[in-house]
Amino acid sequence: MARSVTQQRKAINTVAAWAVGLLIFFPILWTILTSFKTEAQAINDPPLFFFFDWTLENYAVVQERSDYMRFLWNSIAIAGGSTVLGIIIAIPAAWSMAFVPSKRTKDILLWMLSTKMLPAVGVLYPIYLIFIRLGMLDSRTGLIIVLMLCNLPIIVWMLYTYFKEIPGEILEAARMDGAGLKEEILYVLTPMAIPGIASTLLLNIILAWNEAFWTLNLTAAKAAPLTAFIASYSSPEGLFYAKLSAASTMAIAPILILGWFSQKQLVRGLTFGAVK
Amino acid sequence: MGRITLDKVTKSFGATEVIPPLDLTIEDGEFTVFVGPSGCGKSTLLRLIAGLEDVTSGQIRIDGQDATMTPPAKRGLAMVFQSYALYPHMSVRKNIAFPMKMAGIDEAEQNRRIESAAKALNLTDYLERKPGQLSGGQRQRVAIGRAIVREPAAFLFDEPLSNLDAALRVGMRMEISELHKKLATTMIYVTHDQVEAMTMADKIVVLRSGHIEQVGSPLELYHSPRNLFVAGFIGSPKMNFIEGSEAAKYDAHTVGIRPEHIAISDSGGAWSGVVGVSEHLGSDTFFHIHDTGLAETITVRADGEVGFRHGDRVSLTPRTDVMHRFDAQGLRITA
Amino acid sequence: MATQHSRSAARIMMAPAVILLLGWMLVPLTMTLLFSFKKYLPLRGGDLGWVGFDNYIRFVSSSAFWPSVQATLVIVGGVLAITVIFGVLLALLLDQPMWGQGIVRILVIAPFFVMPTVSALVWKNMFMDPVNGLFAHLWKAFGAEPISWLSEASMQSIILIVSWQWLPFATLILLTAIQSLDSEQLEAAEMDGASPLARFGYIILPHLGRAITVVVLIQTIFLLSIFAEIFVTTGGSFGTRTLTFLIFQRVLESQNVGLGSAGGVYAIILANIVAAFLMRIVGKNLDA
Repeated sequence: MARSVTQQRKAINTVAAWAVGLLIFFPILWTILTSFKTEAQAINDPPLFFFFDWTLENYAVVQERSDYMRFLWNSIAIAGGSTVLGIIIAIPAAWSMAFVPSKRTKDILLWMLSTKMLPAVGVLYPIYLIFIRLGMLDSRTGLIIVLMLCNLPIIVWMLYTYFKEIPGEILEAARMDGAGLKEEILYVLTPMAIPGIASTLLLNIILAWNEAFWTLNLTAAKAAPLTAFIASYSSPEGLFYAKLSAASTMAIAPILILGWFSQKQLVRGLTFGAVK
Repeated sequence: MGRITLDKVTKSFGATEVIPPLDLTIEDGEFTVFVGPSGCGKSTLLRLIAGLEDVTSGQIRIDGQDATMTPPAKRGLAMVFQSYALYPHMSVRKNIAFPMKMAGIDEAEQNRRIESAAKALNLTDYLERKPGQLSGGQRQRVAIGRAIVREPAAFLFDEPLSNLDAALRVGMRMEISELHKKLATTMIYVTHDQVEAMTMADKIVVLRSGHIEQVGSPLELYHSPRNLFVAGFIGSPKMNFIEGSEAAKYDAHTVGIRPEHIAISDSGGAWSGVVGVSEHLGSDTFFHIHDTGLAETITVRADGEVGFRHGDRVSLTPRTDVMHRFDAQGLRITA
Repeated sequence: MATQHSRSAARIMMAPAVILLLGWMLVPLTMTLLFSFKKYLPLRGGDLGWVGFDNYIRFVSSSAFWPSVQATLVIVGGVLAITVIFGVLLALLLDQPMWGQGIVRILVIAPFFVMPTVSALVWKNMFMDPVNGLFAHLWKAFGAEPISWLSEASMQSIILIVSWQWLPFATLILLTAIQSLDSEQLEAAEMDGASPLARFGYIILPHLGRAITVVVLIQTIFLLSIFAEIFVTTGGSFGTRTLTFLIFQRVLESQNVGLGSAGGVYAIILANIVAAFLMRIVGKNLDA
């Protein structure tokens, strides 16, 4: 809008928006602050904001008591593994749907999305049984497969919407230039779609990282990721606020940072291209 | 070598037939232009030759060999697309090298061909740039460069100039013609612009709704259009068509007379009318004449500046020796 | 727009994804359907044979069923109302020119990235705890009696927690939609003498219609199956047992798989009804 806004109005907007923004962010901020307090300071009345004895002790205790690194590694392996595997399976499928559409393409896409909408609880027990039968209960492999299947529809969809924006003529040019299917996908499509593939990767890592139904119900100790690590603090130990805060901060920090990077792509990815 | 033969080729998308059975031979070294209004099937025909679409029935032969089921990569043809279709993530050098890389040509030879193509196309200074940093004309040249280095049996051009501005288009037209003279390779060129067709082609194929209306050299098409469609499509401004009693005088259902074959004067001509809009181009002037009783408007081309004004009553003299006669089916009456 | 070669290649390349998802959908679904017609108690005798529609009837007629449907609807409806209304207001605010817009955006979007177990725990202990929570401190500071949030106002508390998680999502999508509005339309309306309120009602809100629908549908699908927030906070007590949670309890806590599976089938049907609407909208977008 080519219009000058008075400085006064801009100032009012700024104050209002920052106030609301900070209010929404406050629980996270408070958690981070508390993680640096002693337990006594954490429950102090009145609450202490910045003027307390900052300490890293809680982080050390949390790591020592519940082996944070093991959970972190499980989260990284499960979120990363399921997403990468999903992308490898989804790229050829998305190529097919974007560049060789048939009458059924739309139906297949919508059907894929509909599998995402099956309530997990409806199939919890069968999956549980299958996992026991296959010896995959509490294994990273099992969770990687389940989360990959959960997110595969979203991955296919996201890649499909990105691929659709690549002009088909360029792929045809590659074909005319003597490229086979493999070369076409490897040398032309994939490098051109890097931004789209990257944001698909990011968003799905976030989704898998925060997934809290399968990760809670299909793991016990060995393969438990950070969602389970945190859930273990819901027992009376959770009353140690400073330690709970330190554990929470450690669980969300990696993904919060990733998320901030990917926020621009988030809308398109999560609405399956319906809002751009 | 690049002799391309289409034998009873048809193409249907579902139930709609885009190309009815069609026969055509393109001789080696010929510059052939497919021209026609949009939706006439000219691009589809080119894509069938390229192998980017399957024919529904019939056969395509390249140098006598059946290529109907050969994938595009194996046909030995090169194509220049309307959008240039350059690989945006590769430098100009890599773009041009790509078909050679696919063909497994060794690097020394690749570089030799890239250098010579770049020199011929004035791209030497731009080899390390990405396509996004080039102007439209330069991109067009890269696309052509990518086609040349393969040393293909034939070049296919799909409306390659339609994304360029008018001045650049004239220049590129000449460069492509020049290239054809130099390489003497078969070229098939698709356009909707009859001026491009007339200026570049050895042979023009006029298409309408998948049918070939006429095949011939530019001047054949200009002098003896086979039907009303070709007569109206080739030549600018459009040929005037006159029906009714005036046409009957010449034993025809319709007579056609080109604007440049009518003389305009104050008096003494066979026809008369009132000057409507006149377009002054300096080199010549187009008059649109109304109230002739023959057709709604008659367009007349006069050399240079001629001083008639809007509303003037004028007299017209057609050159009956170059008048075209058509029967009730719209076909040319010969002799 | 393709040849036989590329079409058959396409079919092969699509196969892995399609087959995997088909298996992922059909195998457990078939098993759930089978179990739902059986008396199946893994810890008390295992498979005790077919029982017809008994489980379906028992699930619906149990005293817990209707309250759980009600709890589900109240949570979904409450969260939707809050996120959509505040989402629109927030999006309008963030669309205004200001200093530090990028940072505010980051602050607002942050809760979406917090894993549900963390947000539930943080809210439960550090804010809603009746002794040491921040709210308790706040209430005391104003001389009021602290409230035991998760037992006395359990529904409101859960709706608050879930809304906090989903408000960023709604805001971000609505903001994107507002920014795609052609500013000339608003200027034209202004020239036509429309007040700011009229411009919002006649131009902005209709433009947001589609985005709001998408927000509502996508959130509904996720909200119908919220789990961790309840698991961690109330454990399903104090009237917060949703349909999802009820099924979870039947299957894992009371180990009545047959009954739980019948519940699962109900949940699937419910989700499909919502999904059908979403598919329509997304499907329409595919053609455009």
